[in-house]
Amino acid sequence: MKKAIITVVGKDTVGILAKTCVFLAENGINILDISQTVVQGYFNMMMIVDMGGARRPFGDISEGLAKVGESLGLQAKCQKEEIFEKMHRI
Amino acid sequence: MINLSEVLETNKMIQDENLDVRTITMGVSLLDCADSNLEACCANIYAKLLSRAGRLVKTGEEISREFGIPIVNKRVSITPAAIVGSACCRRPEDYVEIARTLDRAARELGVNFLGGYSAVVSKGMTPSDELLIRSIPEALAVTERICSSVNVGSTKTGIDMDAVRLMGEIVKATAERTKDADSLGCAKLVVLCNAPDDNPFMAGAFHGVSEGDAVINVGVSGPGVVKYALSQIPGADFETLCETIKKTAFKITRVGQLVAQEASKRLGVPFGIIDLSLAPTPAVGDSVADILREIGLAEPGAPGTTAALALLNDQVKKGGVMASSYVGGLSGAFIPVSEDQGMIDAVEAGALTIEKLEAMTCVCSVGLDMIAIPGDTSAETIAGIIADEAAIGMVNQKTTAVRIIPVIGKGVGDSVEFGGLLGHAPIMPVNGFDCSRFVGRKGRIPAPIHSFKN
Repeated sequence: MKKAIITVVGKDTVGILAKTCVFLAENGINILDISQTVVQGYFNMMMIVDMGGARRPFGDISEGLAKVGESLGLQAKCQKEEIFEKMHRI
Repeated sequence: MINLSEVLETNKMIQDENLDVRTITMGVSLLDCADSNLEACCANIYAKLLSRAGRLVKTGEEISREFGIPIVNKRVSITPAAIVGSACCRRPEDYVEIARTLDRAARELGVNFLGGYSAVVSKGMTPSDELLIRSIPEALAVTERICSSVNVGSTKTGIDMDAVRLMGEIVKATAERTKDADSLGCAKLVVLCNAPDDNPFMAGAFHGVSEGDAVINVGVSGPGVVKYALSQIPGADFETLCETIKKTAFKITRVGQLVAQEASKRLGVPFGIIDLSLAPTPAVGDSVADILREIGLAEPGAPGTTAALALLNDQVKKGGVMASSYVGGLSGAFIPVSEDQGMIDAVEAGALTIEKLEAMTCVCSVGLDMIAIPGDTSAETIAGIIADEAAIGMVNQKTTAVRIIPVIGKGVGDSVEFGGLLGHAPIMPVNGFDCSRFVGRKGRIPAPIHSFKN
């Protein structure tokens, strides 16, 4: 399993989760966990995904996702899980 | 499992607080490139650098993209060039030829700096060491990406005052030779005491002879992250203050460790060390001076500055040491003037002098760094400044360095613009009393008594 963390941050709007999930499904990426909050109209979402079956290289997925985010006026990122694991777990 | 707030914290550090990996520096040994023929030596150097570091920049960019962490610089350090060229260089011009080759290789590799146009002369100079040192002004004038350093002393050997005197002249000559670019050559030249073999930061990086054939060293950064963490605990006691710095340093260093291990794995080159340094840049919010302000000083330079910096430096080390399997290089807080907007502001406010900066270098990881001084400062005075810094390093068993820029044609009240990461700086006044009879003495200062540990 190749875990990655997807974050989508910005002003809340209709269809954020739907568009993100469609993009992931089209690229063969399996969602393992989702958590999200909306505070004062501000949307914060994190997904833990498995990139093991991804149909495109990591860099392409990351760029594609950023574009999906842009189309909604949001910032979307895809990062390998280790950067968070290393920083917050001993 | 990682939770949302941890993910957001990491990304906030990267996005809003300028967290980055400052440099991946590949150290490459050029000992096997030596040849009695200059042309053959240069060809060997070029071929070895391209074969060893050919994928460095691309790999760095890949890692940056996949983990979402900026890796600002990809650099190379080499065996001190004085050693590599000793069999074939008969004149300073021969060494300049090696510098041109290194510059060409650096450009081809896409690295922004290549360090190690260096000589280690802490006890004495060989004829080839002296040839290299005399070639520095020309080498730095005709190249773009080469950094040069000369180690003039150590706790074990004492200080080579003949080299100190010569470096006073060389700094001046480099300033003169690059005067059309505001004496920029001096920004790429550092005089060290107790220089580490594995420092990834420029201008003092070189690949020491104690190192293997190639190695990956990583320099982390993150003054903005420390400053933000401290701004969340205003007025806290010293215990809380120190714990906060330590925890933040731990987090920053873990990112460096991850990047270093990935780079090492992907390039097939062993991991050397992490350098746990708070390295500022001229960008707003990326300043060590701002941390000192947050700790409680109106301006860096105010009474209490040395104590605050000592505390900061120590906590950075304590937090970082546990986060990495190997720690080395300079590891501490950098206090360059021109590269830190907060320091520039302190100088312009009249709070910070060279003398106070000298005191600060006793407790942090480097020395008098990126300080612009009047262009008419004499070579002897510069040598005196170098000797003072070297003595601080020698006696305190730490690295110290001098990277000062006598800006030809400018004086106190003027300022100078180096551009990019090197920043800009107001010209600072220098004590004008003469020290030429002192630095004019021949020989070396003996090693201090506490160096005899055998």
